[in-house]
Amino acid sequence: MSRPALSDEILLTIDQPARYIGGELNMVEKDPASVDIRFAMCFPDVYEIGMSHLGIQILYDMFNKREDVYCERVYSPWPDLHAIMKEQHIPLFALESQQPVKNFDFLGITIQYEMCYTNILQILDLSQIPLHAKERGEDMPIVIGGGPCTYNPEPIAEFFDLFYIGEGEISYDALFALYKTCKKDGVKRADFLRKAAQIPGIYVPSMYEVTYGSDGCLASFTPKYEDIPAKVEKQLVLDMDSAPYPGKPLVPFIKATQDRVVLELQRGCIRGCRFCQAGMIYRPTREKNVARLKQYAYDMLKSTGHEEISLSSLSSSDYSGLEELVTFLIDQFHGKGVNISLPSLRIDAFSLDVMEKVQDIRKSSLTFAPEAGSQRMRDVINKGLTKDIILEGAGQAFEGGWQKVKLYFMLGLPTETIEDMQAIAELANDIAVRYYEIPKEKRNGKCQITISTSFFVPKPFTPLQWATMCTADEYLGKAKIVNEAVKNQLNRKSIRYNWHEADVTVLEGVFARGDRRVSAAIERAYEKGALFDAWSEYFNNERWLDAFAETGVDLSFYTLRPRELDELFPWDFIDAGVTKEFLKREWNRACEGVVTPNCRMNCSGCGARKYGGGVCFEDQN
Amino acid sequence: MKIRIKFSKSGNMKFIGHLDTMRYFQKAMRRADIDIAYSTGFSPHQIMSFAAPLGVGITSEGEYMDIEVNSTGSTSQSIRALNDAMVNGFSVLDYRKLPDHAKTAMSIVTCADYTLTYREGYETDLSYEQLCEAVHAFYDIPEKIEIVKQTKKAEKIIDLKQLVYEFKVLSVEGKPAFYVKVSTGSSDNIKPELVLEHFYKYLGAELQKFTFQTHRHDVYSGSVTEGFCSLNDMGEVIE
Repeated sequence: MSRPALSDEILLTIDQPARYIGGELNMVEKDPASVDIRFAMCFPDVYEIGMSHLGIQILYDMFNKREDVYCERVYSPWPDLHAIMKEQHIPLFALESQQPVKNFDFLGITIQYEMCYTNILQILDLSQIPLHAKERGEDMPIVIGGGPCTYNPEPIAEFFDLFYIGEGEISYDALFALYKTCKKDGVKRADFLRKAAQIPGIYVPSMYEVTYGSDGCLASFTPKYEDIPAKVEKQLVLDMDSAPYPGKPLVPFIKATQDRVVLELQRGCIRGCRFCQAGMIYRPTREKNVARLKQYAYDMLKSTGHEEISLSSLSSSDYSGLEELVTFLIDQFHGKGVNISLPSLRIDAFSLDVMEKVQDIRKSSLTFAPEAGSQRMRDVINKGLTKDIILEGAGQAFEGGWQKVKLYFMLGLPTETIEDMQAIAELANDIAVRYYEIPKEKRNGKCQITISTSFFVPKPFTPLQWATMCTADEYLGKAKIVNEAVKNQLNRKSIRYNWHEADVTVLEGVFARGDRRVSAAIERAYEKGALFDAWSEYFNNERWLDAFAETGVDLSFYTLRPRELDELFPWDFIDAGVTKEFLKREWNRACEGVVTPNCRMNCSGCGARKYGGGVCFEDQN
Repeated sequence: MKIRIKFSKSGNMKFIGHLDTMRYFQKAMRRADIDIAYSTGFSPHQIMSFAAPLGVGITSEGEYMDIEVNSTGSTSQSIRALNDAMVNGFSVLDYRKLPDHAKTAMSIVTCADYTLTYREGYETDLSYEQLCEAVHAFYDIPEKIEIVKQTKKAEKIIDLKQLVYEFKVLSVEGKPAFYVKVSTGSSDNIKPELVLEHFYKYLGAELQKFTFQTHRHDVYSGSVTEGFCSLNDMGEVIE
């Protein structure tokens, strides 16, 4: 057991000291002096969130299987501890050894959502590592970013030495081998980075020259040297069955958000919803073998003692072995104190039957994500769900005893009209009507329909990456239209409506499609105290607006400006598999409201076939 | 079948709160394949209850939980299985069968004993001998030690003499420390630090927060008149 980096006085003063002491079940213990590479793996949010992330568990397990690497964990200190560490100049430490991160070889930060950008700066700041990559000395860790937000790393490019684009399982061996050679030969940091930039999937921002035109748009993005690739290729796992998976995941003492065994069914999604970044960047869809998943389920429940298991994928209903797997889980574990938690499945006879077995119908609710209220709007975003499918599923569920329904929508989609917004309330009303068709004596009182809307944020590498956003006031106006429409429905008393924060949406939009110039505003916001922006109780919009104003970064340039079809985007240097030609085609079809069939129905030639695996080659061996 | 498990909590595990300790043991039961009984209903939970919750920051070598099992291995097998499922800092010390009619540990606890050692930087200037004399004068001699205890609703006058069963100075590794045995349970619960707080007051000093590292030795049932019995002694070893 390592002596805590923090004193008893501090640990007994702050909230949840167990966030900072390590020592959890299945934690890896190594002698730091016995390895060549010390890697600090960071999720820049609070422990309970970070510990719930599957990707980190995979990489933690994979790195630590190497004898020459010791991978440890770091999470964002909560504001109470943040203040103490700043005041007492306590350097941020990794949980396993409790030793300062600044003495590590690598600091790897997974970047899952835009609103954690100030938390990244906090990690660097508390670690006593210079915020800007160019200011880091020879003895400082190499700061590496990964995760979905790195598909446009530009707004935070200044803060990273390098980014890893794609799935972590592939190129780390090459990176570590290079690092070891360079360390042994005393190669300078800058030279190491130049060599690293030649490893597939590694993007080193300092090796590229960026220029802007008189209109403010990106004019050029070019490698500074001949041996630096112009395009950085996303890395992905093709053989899902031999890919490493943690058989002994860490089990936190305090209740993490994901306090259960997580089985990853597949990566990617065949659906091709045009707003969904995950559905594009994880192409092609690659399934795991059912027999293997059964074994993992057994092993992981045994090694953790968790009382719940859940399935993870972008669209579980499309997993070809779903029925077999779920039946196995129920037969093997249900009734033995193991809860089976189902992800949002398509509502049909099978899923209702399963839900009936594993959930308390009176308490559980059905979830639909139509994403848009009208069929026209759903066609624009290529969301295949129709009103008939929803009413059919809800009807079956109501007959089976359910009475709660949750509906998720987006507002602010391209080409949206007032009628499209009102259709959200009408769809909820139609579902309620379907409920009240059941004879009174056969139903349990009223139904409860909850509508939640979020505001659409266009993401890189999606067909909607050309879309224009709205102002915060315009977004709230849209929510108001829906709210009014709900009030006008016959079954309004059975419908509840919640909508998201609009200010955060605008910022997310700036970060999602921003360029290198945005980093100044992020840094200024952090200096002004922005931290834990993903937590509504800490988010302060005024502070952000001031930060943008003071650094001369114009929000509306990134959110409200119409983008030309041939505009050079800051993320175009990444080869994410889907081609820009495909995205343009899809953008045009979106504007025309034409749907595109899913990958299993018909190949749309997105570009991901070049990887030579996954759904593109199903039934072809 | 009712089982009483005794365990210790040491090192960094003192920062794990009571509810998280419970969650930890629920998972440990499953890893160790203890055939624990579950409640009925839609979300069954393990039948498990803890004796006297330990505060965050306190270490212990005498924690107890009672569980209900459908079947069980021997005491030594079960201890081994559980210890194989433990993390550093938690250790299972005993596993005993209780009589079927036994009341839960929680409902019969009356007393617990502790050692309080000085944290670095908080040491006293007084010598062991001086402290012994002072404790004698503060605790042994008076018939009554009336103090005002602040409860949630009101102030209450209580007599420490009735609720503190032992209070003495120890010498641990050549440094003075204190041993207290105090009333514990749902009524008349006395925290060991409260005794020291009033002792310091008697010395004309104010007890600073974090002065002591508190360590619990054991938890008992019974009374001064009948004598105290360790919760562990109420179960029998399974051969």
